[in-house]
Amino acid sequence: MTTPQFVTRLDGPAPERDIARDLVLKRALPVLPAILVLAALPWGLTGAISAGYALLLVCLNFLLAASLMAWSAKISLTLMMGVVLGGYILRLGLLVVAVVPFRHAGWMQITPFAITLGVSHLGLLLWELRHVAGSLAYPGLKPTTNKD
Amino acid sequence: MSVLAQITANGTELKSALGALGAGFAYGLSAIGPGIGIGYLVGQSVQAMARQPEAAGMVRTTMFLGIAFTEALALIGFVVFILLGL
Repeated sequence: MTTPQFVTRLDGPAPERDIARDLVLKRALPVLPAILVLAALPWGLTGAISAGYALLLVCLNFLLAASLMAWSAKISLTLMMGVVLGGYILRLGLLVVAVVPFRHAGWMQITPFAITLGVSHLGLLLWELRHVAGSLAYPGLKPTTNKD
Repeated sequence: MSVLAQITANGTELKSALGALGAGFAYGLSAIGPGIGIGYLVGQSVQAMARQPEAAGMVRTTMFLGIAFTEALALIGFVVFILLGL
């Protein structure tokens, strides 16, 4: 009689870390100047700074979520579940902590900040989705095509 | 009459207090749905990875993106929270 083999942790590569890094470096950074200009047109310099701060928070949110998930998966799947759920609360709390002290700061404008936060999170995610493979052969990012 | 006069006199304070209350409710309530969604999503993903470890990479990818999309609902609640006046 063979004993069943259960997987309790994942030792392989972490695709979520690659996706988060790709999202920040290849999507968020190139659109940063456009976002700053779009925010600066109606709201001025403070609007641009607020929009940049919102994009920074979105990127840090993605990176933190991916790092927590990748770290916990190497230890235990149960821990990963706990860390993902706890991480959700933690990241929402960190977001409040990162915004509330600066709500009346001179450089903070709530409207461009709020718009950038919502739009960039969904927009970057939808953009990144186009570059993510949905096959067992290439989990994570799609392999780069060789055009030689 | 004196109560009505007080309410009228403190109308601005009442308005800001109700705004803060509404903002708190907006954020709190909007965080419940994604919390349930993420819990269900991660639970099913962990089950899938435990049952079929060779598909773990794809499941993790889908799970990460699913969590991020679900979290967008809470972010929208946060946006409402800060727009209503913190």
